[in-house]
Amino acid sequence: MIDPLFLAEAAINGLLLGGVLALLALGLNLIFGVIDIVWIAYVDLVMICMYAVYFIVQVYGYPMWLGGLASVALGALLGIAVHLLIITPILSSAPVNQLLATGGLLFFLQSFATFLWTTDHRSVRLTLPRLEIMDMPISVARLIAFGLAVLAMLGLYLFLTRTYIGTAIRAVSQDREAMSLMGANPQRVYLVTSAVGGAMAGLAAALLIIQYAVHPFFGAAFGPITFMICVLGGLGNMVGAFVASFIMSEVIAISGVIWSTEMGYVIAFVVFIVMIFARPGGILARRA
Amino acid sequence: MLELRSVTAGYGAFTALWDVSLKVETGEAVAVVGPNGAGKTTLMRVISGLIAPRAGEVVFDGAQIGGHPAYDIVGRGIAHVPEGRRIFPALTVADNLKMGAFLPSARKRFAESLARVFALFPVLAERQKQRAGSLSGGEQQMLAVGRALMSGPKLILLDEPSMGLAPVMVLRLFDLIRRVRQEGYTILVVEQNVRQVLKLVDRAYLLEVGRIKTEGRADQLSEQDFVRKAYVGL
Repeated sequence: MIDPLFLAEAAINGLLLGGVLALLALGLNLIFGVIDIVWIAYVDLVMICMYAVYFIVQVYGYPMWLGGLASVALGALLGIAVHLLIITPILSSAPVNQLLATGGLLFFLQSFATFLWTTDHRSVRLTLPRLEIMDMPISVARLIAFGLAVLAMLGLYLFLTRTYIGTAIRAVSQDREAMSLMGANPQRVYLVTSAVGGAMAGLAAALLIIQYAVHPFFGAAFGPITFMICVLGGLGNMVGAFVASFIMSEVIAISGVIWSTEMGYVIAFVVFIVMIFARPGGILARRA
Repeated sequence: MLELRSVTAGYGAFTALWDVSLKVETGEAVAVVGPNGAGKTTLMRVISGLIAPRAGEVVFDGAQIGGHPAYDIVGRGIAHVPEGRRIFPALTVADNLKMGAFLPSARKRFAESLARVFALFPVLAERQKQRAGSLSGGEQQMLAVGRALMSGPKLILLDEPSMGLAPVMVLRLFDLIRRVRQEGYTILVVEQNVRQVLKLVDRAYLLEVGRIKTEGRADQLSEQDFVRKAYVGL
């Protein structure tokens, strides 16, 4: 029998991991919901931003908060660049071409990173205090990452519900043609959405690099789970993605202590397949 | 105010409008009637910029606007209430109206426009916080019209406003459109409900398979035999 304390610790770790996963899933889902294109290379943009933080903080010795801000800014710029250079030309192409184009970007970014920085694993070492609650060691890095991720999602929520452009973004995701009749240039709304989605990737990068080492194939570790979460929550459904993030992170963390981390991912995938059969529209979709 | 000169338009290889010319003067209410598939919706979409004309000109307030993007045309003062209402179902009624005033010029007059819309459609004021998708069909149509008014238009395009509404609601809706008209808006309306719409407008055009068949004053047109037989059902 497993010590309940281990399980509790795993549950807390799962919760903390879920925060950052939710940030990734919401960023990807936001872009999909508005532009109707899945950025296959989304987590690879995160990888590029992680390298940026690594160089700024670990190599050049600037403070972490500066690295984080730079990462958010870089993410937003990358988001705009991806939209202008890759998405805009194929906006009206067949969906399979759009997947191929953003999938191609994934391989480009991976190869580019390997070429520039080799396959070495690199991490940012921060000296953070140790924290123990009821004999359970809690990673302060994860706690900070979770807190900032939740704050960022709250910010996103307020942006989407309280501002004109945020409301317009939601409106475009429901009916893009009707929104152009309101006087909104869809291209501008797409650019803002891509910048916001990119900035979320940049923030996620800063929160991930204090927990994990970065390498050119980092996207392969977090990409599939991010897509699974988006599909599980219902593509384009923000609340669904948020809930699904915590379900998946708990499944991975808890089965990770019962069996092994690898097994955790296997079980997460099985849960995903079963859920997709049971609720193909996502966990929060209304039953037909 | 609005003039179409020999407009031809369509989708891909399909041509929906052939050499259509029509005019709407300031303060007028004009209807375009005709059977399903006559090209009525295409006509509205060309005027509001959702599709570009293949040939011909669309002139509004003296400027050629044919082929301009929709977001530019609404800024010039044409609001399009599309077929099927096309409200944003997951947004609240208040947010839908807010989106109607998306243009910077409209945002400046937001409070004033909102008061005007609520005076015309008091039910929208009561349901401000409700999701637009939860409104009844008639209320959704009112919201669609109210949202269009929020942009501060000079000309309102109404595409099949009575579609999918119960007969009682259709009568009420036409009353409301009459009131919108009395507020001084110029209206171009496309309808299948010919009998009702001819009571509302000054002039009408009859569109058949993409061409203007006839035009005239509404009262005279409804007297013409073939119109009566084919559309008015008398």
